[in-house]
Parts: sequence; structure tokens; C-alpha cells
Amino acid sequence: MPVISHVTCPVCGSFCDDIEVTVQDNVIMGVRNACAVGAAKFLDYANHRIANPLVRKNGELAEASLGEAIKKSAEILIDANYPILYGWSSTSCEAIRIGLELAEEVGGVIDNTSTICHGPSILSIQDVGIASCTLGQLRHRADLIFYWGCDPWSAHPRHVERYTTFSNGRFQRSTWRAHVSRLGGILSKKRLRRAINLVLGRDIFATPEISRELPYTMFQKKRKMIVVDVRKTHSAEAADYFLQVEPNKDYELLQAFRMLIANEELDVDHVAGVPVETLDEIADVMIGCKLGVIFFGLGLTMTEGKLRNIDAAISLVRDLNQRTKFLIMPMRGHFNVAGANVVFTWQTGFPFAIDFSQGYPQYNPGETSVIDILCREEADAGLVIASDPVAHFPKEAAQNLVKNPLIVIDPQTTPTSLMADVVFPSTFVGIETEGTAYRMDHVPLPLKKIVEPPTNCLSDVEILQRILHEVRRLRSKRK
Amino acid sequence: MPKLEVSLLTGRTVDQGVGKEHGKLSEEYQESVAICHVDPQDMKLLEIRENDNVKIITNFGSVVVRLVKSPAAPHPKVIFIPYGPWASLVMNPETHGTGMPSLKGIPAEIEPALEERVLSIPDLLREHYKRK
Repeated sequence: MPVISHVTCPVCGSFCDDIEVTVQDNVIMGVRNACAVGAAKFLDYANHRIANPLVRKNGELAEASLGEAIKKSAEILIDANYPILYGWSSTSCEAIRIGLELAEEVGGVIDNTSTICHGPSILSIQDVGIASCTLGQLRHRADLIFYWGCDPWSAHPRHVERYTTFSNGRFQRSTWRAHVSRLGGILSKKRLRRAINLVLGRDIFATPEISRELPYTMFQKKRKMIVVDVRKTHSAEAADYFLQVEPNKDYELLQAFRMLIANEELDVDHVAGVPVETLDEIADVMIGCKLGVIFFGLGLTMTEGKLRNIDAAISLVRDLNQRTKFLIMPMRGHFNVAGANVVFTWQTGFPFAIDFSQGYPQYNPGETSVIDILCREEADAGLVIASDPVAHFPKEAAQNLVKNPLIVIDPQTTPTSLMADVVFPSTFVGIETEGTAYRMDHVPLPLKKIVEPPTNCLSDVEILQRILHEVRRLRSKRK
Repeated sequence: MPKLEVSLLTGRTVDQGVGKEHGKLSEEYQESVAICHVDPQDMKLLEIRENDNVKIITNFGSVVVRLVKSPAAPHPKVIFIPYGPWASLVMNPETHGTGMPSLKGIPAEIEPALEERVLSIPDLLREHYKRK
């Protein structure tokens, strides 16, 4: 069976480019090198597929011709005073470019999913800058890796294996073997506890306390991984050290580290639930590393403080660079959310939350961002592409999105497509359509076409182009 | 009925990621997302067992989900629901001028809901997102 190699995985921001896909008679038969999520995407993408365009008639979604769906969409966008165009992070840069043209044409607001993931990180980077790099540099050189407020084992399952602790770099070796032997010990203990509980018929063990003491591996001259989180996630189990922080206290912890790095005394015993002696030891490990990196996730951007947490994290890295080399990088979620920011920026000057209602791009997150607009009930129509806001927006925002006319472009049935007025079945970019996407470190990579799409499915690019063309045609007719 | 004040977190899990790729209307998705991870000590305080239904209440709404013993314990008084339509019902939409709603660290209450059922996606949409 023919094997297609070097396929990029259109799932998460790690954007792995070493996937091998076996295809026979236009059907994907097997996937190698992908994580569980990536494999599920390649093998199950055809489930819950929308076959034809749908238009809501008498309250029910009914099959319609492509022409009818395009015309209805164009009418919705032209008749609206303040439409929202949202999504964009799971499609190609080529489609995003046309989306921006459409937003300008209809005088709407265009926003991407970074508004509910790393929007605060972008605001902070605009305020204080960022010391970052590509993932290749970290794979080869980083000897101290922090995952702060993120769980790569769950959200970016191959990140640790490909880019950090478990990757074999030119100057840093993988610590995979040490992890496997440690994991063996942990599993044996768990099995023993389960067996004893089974024999006695009740749980006699209290959940073990999390140790604050730094293990000896933290003082060895080899690659080390520290996870900072409020729960002991799978990533924390794989780490050399897990630093458990109280919820919503990351800002205090980051500022405490800044004081310790600056050799200042803390006149408290604990910060964010962590003893100051422990923080002092970790600060020494930070200063003692050759190249450190902090990967941070939504545990910083979504909790109390939001962008100020990121300010503190970036400032900590800046302080550390007085003593050693340190870098910082956000763990971007969708495979092309970084691309959405890049394309938005080179087209308009701004990375997300862009308002074209005055005829020129305006950017003021908090005012022009999609959640705020929806909660203020200002939008009067919506176009959603490659995203599912009804499933992921807070209830109030989602309710205000679906009460207005709604256009959805998506390959699959989702809660959002079920609530739409017009639904376009699109092709899967990276499986049925080629394109370009940006990895989390802003490296652009190609998305491959590996199978032919179903007959009635057009690419996001083509659907958007047709809607844009129809909007312009109807506008000139109405003038 | 026992009730506990907790801090509610949302986030990704591998099962949620795999479930969404199976399809948002699939049983796998609901099984992996309409759940709440609770610390074993808190389960004892709530007098509730794994796979029982619980109700999560915040200032922004309430939702019934299935309880799962947390694999990430100990984290007393902290509960976790994977991202999805169920978690969204109890999220805080306040963005504090940043554009970002508050999806982690939300004050919440958890209580047993043995008599109530977990809504499927079509039922949830019908109940909470009625169109005009």
C-alpha cells in the first residue's frame, strides 16, 4: 500500500511533520508516528460529515444547492450592520487571507480563537516584548524546561518527545530512559495499592502527599523538566519536579521568583502554597542552567491576572537573562492559530480582534473582541469557520451568537453547525486540501493533500472566494 | 445533601481530543467531556462514588455531569471539567477588558445529583440555546 511520508498533522500547535499515512483507494488505512489525537483525526475524519450545503427553512436545516447557500450567506452579511467573522485557527493561511478581505468588504469584526486562548499573551508581548526562538534550538540546547500552567501530555502529546526533554538533541540527550524506570516504580506502587484495596474491599490508602523536596536529579548536569500546575497532571508525573501552586496564585509565584533571582529576601514563609526554601532551591537551579525555557499555557492566560501573569513570566525571563540564558514560548493550541495571528498582522497590522466597521482596521481587545461584542449584544450576524464557539464560548456569548443569522463553514457536524442558518461542508485542510500553516514557534510548514475530498465539498478558500464574489455582485446590483 | 465549595478548572485531556476527532455528536465525545474530575477526599465529603452524577453550580449557570475520580490528585477543593458544551454552561464570560473570558479558577459549588441526567448535545442545545 502506498505510504505518504512527511505529512504535517493538522491538530495541535506542535504541528508534527513526520507523520506517515498509508492510503489505499482514496481511504486512509493507517497512520504512523502520530499521537492518539492525530491518529484519530486521520482515521476518523470522515465521521459525522456534512454531505451537502444546508439552509434553514421553516426552522429546520434542509439540503440546498451551493448557489442558494452562497446567495443566502452573502445576503446575511450585506444586511448585517455589525457581523462577526470568527474561527480561522484550523484552516490554512490562504483561507484566512480571503477571510480578512471579506471582513473588510462587509465592515465586520474578524477575530480568531486566540481571543480565548493566548490573546492575553499577545497583549503582554505587545507591552513587554518576548525573548523566544524556534523549537529546533530548544531541542538541541535547552537543559532546563518549564511547563507552566500547561499539560503537554494531554494538549500537545508529542511536544516533550519531539522538542524538549525526551528528544535527543545535538548537545542535550533525552531523559526518556530515566523516566521509563521511574514510571516503572510508580506503576508498581499503584498496582500494589490496587491489589491490597481489592483484597480488603475498601480503599485504605490516603492520596499520597506531593513532596516539596527537590529530587537529586534536579542537581545533576543533565536535561531537567519542571511542571508548575494546580493539579498533578500526566505531564507532572513525567517531570523531574512538580511544583504545585494554589489556584489563581501564579502571579505571586512568578514575582517571588523574580525577587529571589535578584537576591532579595522574602519575608513570608510560603508563596502560593509553596515554602520559600523550595522556591529558593528552584531559583538556584534556574540560575545554574545553560539554557532554560518556560513554555506556558492557559493556566496563566485564563486565571486571575490574565495578561499580567504573562508580564510577570516574561519579566522573570528577562531577569534570568542577566544571570544565564533563558527563553519563553506560549503553547499554542490549534495547528494554525499562530498562522491566524501572522496573517491577520501582515494584512491589517493587528493579530486578532479587528473591527472593520469604520472602513479601516481598529484593534482594542476588550471592546473589539468577539466575547465582549457578543456579551454586549452588539453583533447582528455571524460567520464561523473551522471552529465550534457554541461548544466553547461561555453560555451567554454563545446564546447571543446563535440568536442572530449564522453561517458555518465546517467539514463536520458540530453544536455550532446545528444552530446555523447556512452550513457549508468544507474539505479538511491538511487531509483533503493543501495549504500553509504556522507552528507554535512561527515556522511556516506546508499542509499536504493526501486523499480526494467528497464531490460536494469545496475548500475553505473556494467557499470564501465565492461568498466574497457574491457579496460584491449583490452590492453593485443594489447601488 | 452534602455540598462543597470548590474552584473550577477547565482544560484539555487526551480523551477529549480523541473524542472530538471521532465527532462532536459521538458517544466517545460525550463520555470524555461531560465529566468532572474530583479529588478522592472530596468524593468522601460529598458521600458519592465514581460514575455518579454531580451538579456544578456557578454564578453563571449549572450543569449535571458524570463524576470521575481524579487521576491528578491530590487537589482538594479543586475540580476539573474538560472543554466542551457542558463546561461552557458554567463559565464566567467576564473578560476584564482583555477579550479573554475566565475559564479557570471559577468559584463553584458541587453537589450530588443522583436523580438528574447528563444532557446529550441535542438536548443541551434545545434547553440552553433556543433560537428565536
